[in-house]
Amino acid sequence: MTDIRYLSPNTLDEAISAFAAAGSAARILAGGTDLLVQMRSGAVRPGLIVDIKKIAEMTSIEQTADGGFRVGAAVSGMVLLEHPRFGKVWPGVLEAVNLIGSKQVQGRASAGGNLCNGSPAGDSVPAMVAAGAIVTVQGPNGRREMPVEQVPAGPGRTNLKPGEILVSFTLPPRPPGSSDAYLRMIPRTEMDIAVVGVGVSLTLRDGICIAARVGLGAVAPTVLLVEAAAKALIGSTLDDAALDAAASACSAACRPIDDKRGTVVYRTKVAGVLLKRTVAIAATRARGN
Amino acid sequence: MSKLHISTTVNGEPAEFLCEASDTMLDVLRGPLGLTGSKEGCASGDCGACSILLDDRLVCSCLMLAAESEGHQLRTIEGMARGDHLHPLQQKFLELAALQCGICTSGMLVASDALLKKNPHPSEEEVRYWLAGNLCRCTGYDKIVRAVMETAADMREQGNMEARQ
Repeated sequence: MTDIRYLSPNTLDEAISAFAAAGSAARILAGGTDLLVQMRSGAVRPGLIVDIKKIAEMTSIEQTADGGFRVGAAVSGMVLLEHPRFGKVWPGVLEAVNLIGSKQVQGRASAGGNLCNGSPAGDSVPAMVAAGAIVTVQGPNGRREMPVEQVPAGPGRTNLKPGEILVSFTLPPRPPGSSDAYLRMIPRTEMDIAVVGVGVSLTLRDGICIAARVGLGAVAPTVLLVEAAAKALIGSTLDDAALDAAASACSAACRPIDDKRGTVVYRTKVAGVLLKRTVAIAATRARGN
Repeated sequence: MSKLHISTTVNGEPAEFLCEASDTMLDVLRGPLGLTGSKEGCASGDCGACSILLDDRLVCSCLMLAAESEGHQLRTIEGMARGDHLHPLQQKFLELAALQCGICTSGMLVASDALLKKNPHPSEEEVRYWLAGNLCRCTGYDKIVRAVMETAADMREQGNMEARQ
């Protein structure tokens, strides 16, 4: 009845050789909260499922020597939530990851899966983009690193090469006065897909914003890094003029679709509104650091 | 393709079964293992009727492959009562009529139990957010939320009494 194979290797090398050998019919299984739904609906019929959760590097959270974090691609939202330090340093990344699905889904779903699923509306992605996360990818030709915003290629597609597996996210160390935030617009209170999602990470010194990154989701074929919005914030006191300019930059970056959750006009306007609200939250947190 | 032979633990008892690679945990619980308390509502992780604990973590068994249970601990609704002695949540759901058709009830109970183990003193808002992944078409949720809140209060009181003794 079925010719699907299931493997759960203990090492990355084993996972990559099996994954690469099986070609395009193979799928990586982390939390499975997208893959199993796609299999059930018939959208995906993998010949091989490679469960990566026995690979220690992919399920662990480590603090790096320079004070950053390395989060394994298959770490679930609940495990990230329970980490004693991560949410204090990266509250925006954590709140984004913890908006993915229900508590049941949180127990399984990972930021790596959220990224590789390739949805333009994945909640963790704009927050990871704002955070300046670097992903480590490993394939038959070895390891490489790339900025997280370069991973999505379009709806359901990534820039990973055949046989490559997303291994981990590395988040940089935080200077004093830094924090981040993520907000999404949904018409319900829980369990919904973002109409717009905004991630903001910034650093304040003596009341001046000296560093900022803005990630914008659900308004284009991929999650966007909006450099023009960050530029409008940097050097300002986050005054109204700077916020207006950054909001306009976000709206200008939008290339959204019309669908049942939001029109082009609505998403474009909300992108600017959410930017201002997200900056306000990140700035309040940063002042406390 | 030969079937996979999986050894796991269900409600504290060792369990073995054969499955296809694509079988979900829910398929195997309800089929070969005969544990039909977990329900299939949506089969896509939206309704929570198939909620179980995997190593004490709340998950949808429809979003998990049966093969993934190898070497892990599963708890299902069948492990909640101690023989004829209902869990306080089960008792309270009955007393407050926090169910009508019953399809969501197993999942509601498993999810609520997971919440109270993690947070014995949840606010109503916390209960509602925690149960956002458990859909009920009958009750309007109020009785369910009230049953969880009252059970939490009872269990805290019970804990206090035991601590004083």
